[in-house]
Amino acid sequence: MKLADTIQFASGSLRGSPTRTLLMMLAMSIGVAAVVVLTALGEGARRYVIDQFSSLGTNLVIVLPGRTETAGIGPGLMSGQTPREITLEDAQALLRSHAVKQFAPLTVGSATLSRDALNREVVVLGSTSDLLEVRHMGIALGRFLPAGDINEATPVCVLGNQMKRELFGNEQAVGQWVRLGDRRFRVIGVLASQGESMGMRTDELVIIPVAAAHQLFNTSGLFRILIEAKSREHIEQVVRDAEAIMTERHGGERDVTVITQDAVLQTFDRILTALTMAVGGIAAISLAVAGVLIMNVMLIAVAQRVREIGLLKALGAPGRQIRNLFFAEAALLSGIGSIAGLALGYTGSFIIGQVYPMLPVSPPWWAVLAATMTALGTGILFSVWPARRAAKLDPVAALAGK
Amino acid sequence: MIELLNVSRTFTVGDQQVAALRDINLRLDAGEYISIMGPSGSGKSTMLNMLGLLDRPSSGTYLLDGGNVTELNDEQQARVRREKIGFVFQSFHLVPRLTAAQNVELPMILAGIPVEERKARVQVLMQNYGLSDRADHKPDQLSGGQRQRVAIARATVMNPTVLLADEPTGNLDRNTGWEVLKLLEGLLEQGITLVVVTHDAEIGARAQRRIHMLDGRILSDEANQNDSK
Repeated sequence: MKLADTIQFASGSLRGSPTRTLLMMLAMSIGVAAVVVLTALGEGARRYVIDQFSSLGTNLVIVLPGRTETAGIGPGLMSGQTPREITLEDAQALLRSHAVKQFAPLTVGSATLSRDALNREVVVLGSTSDLLEVRHMGIALGRFLPAGDINEATPVCVLGNQMKRELFGNEQAVGQWVRLGDRRFRVIGVLASQGESMGMRTDELVIIPVAAAHQLFNTSGLFRILIEAKSREHIEQVVRDAEAIMTERHGGERDVTVITQDAVLQTFDRILTALTMAVGGIAAISLAVAGVLIMNVMLIAVAQRVREIGLLKALGAPGRQIRNLFFAEAALLSGIGSIAGLALGYTGSFIIGQVYPMLPVSPPWWAVLAATMTALGTGILFSVWPARRAAKLDPVAALAGK
Repeated sequence: MIELLNVSRTFTVGDQQVAALRDINLRLDAGEYISIMGPSGSGKSTMLNMLGLLDRPSSGTYLLDGGNVTELNDEQQARVRREKIGFVFQSFHLVPRLTAAQNVELPMILAGIPVEERKARVQVLMQNYGLSDRADHKPDQLSGGQRQRVAIARATVMNPTVLLADEPTGNLDRNTGWEVLKLLEGLLEQGITLVVVTHDAEIGARAQRRIHMLDGRILSDEANQNDSK
């Protein structure tokens, strides 16, 4: 018997009982659609989180002073030294690395921000003009810190959105003078509202030039250096270069820690991918249920078509051929059911994407493949028993309908 | 060409052994017209199933064209049925979802014969049996006589050497029954061996060789040369 004839005969049998066939395909397609939609949601959540992280800045490498030691007492403590601080010159030296696109030094302190009678304790960030780009910040009014000599302590400041509201209300802020500690600064810009990121509310910040911050807090060390690598591929090299440059400048001692945003991201990525797979796996259970359903229906089909099976045997069909006919039926059922399920799943994902536009819903290819394979696999696996049963029927009894 | 040697067939019903065929010895020659008669339970249907390889003997040997077919496996027996044996049943046994033409085509599909040849052979047969205008009808749109003609066309489409008919007129009225019988007898001219199982003495008497069965044994085996139908 030719393959094309087998398929044609099997599809004829399926068409012979349309209601049953449709219900079976519905069960199969719901299973596949469930896998597609749920994994699409999981994948959407993963991408959403990664997008959120990326909004903090792309390809970030962070240099902080001090070496994280996990083995007992560090050499600094032994010799009674504190870790050497990172200076502005150190930061500028990082530009020697070709992998560095730009950097922003960070100095952090707190000071009293006051205007006339109003005053408030704020977190002050000392940095440079490049911080705007490196940290993907936005300006609502005015402009950001001016570019220029990194060592020039220009008395200007940029207010976080909430600081501006608390101090100025609806009044014009840009161009006004405020007092930070014992120094006067002119407001040149207001940050766009950004919410919380990396544990710091940018809305409540005041940003001043890094040299001014060093004067204000009477220090010369940096809290962090944020480095933006030229591309994702350059991150590794930036880490190596930063460590090498700092070690060289600190007299051969590696007393800084270099971390990447990527490492944090990858952790989230792994967790959410695992979650997506778990959810997909749970949905795949419905596929197994659909498989059991196929078995049940096939057993009924064998019982109902027992005379036909007897006839086929009398006409010269060996058991193998009859088994193949039932396999073909199961494969057709689950195959068409899977295709319908994929259509259903993609439509569902599309609708969810329309309802929650912020969630980048898209079914991952591996889930789609796995769902289709599972559907086909269970369909055929669960038809083995009914098909064997049909093949083993005694032709005389089968012809008599027994 | 067909030889049954000491063939017995016993069934187990509950805890009892029931013998359907007891030590049958029978030889059928090519081109013979044989009727098997007897009351129900006499073993005539079991005999037919045995001849058609639908049943295996509990003991004894079945030789078909000199070869021992009792020893063949399922696949090989199916092949013999496909190529050498045609069945005609009392209840027609047409597949209800297939058209008349598709029912006739079925044995050739199972045999893996190419589509063009299948279509050509079906067309010729449908014409020979006067079914050309019924080719696309489903069995439930056909009369009893037409259904049995479709079944005969299906049984002969593979050009078998033996045609086994189990009460072929049992579900038909008298006139239609005669027509169907004439059709079957017409096949004798092509050299086919025709075995008809019936309990109708009038029909059984038409065969040149008449076998009467009782309790799984051959009661009488008479050949009448003078009365050629």
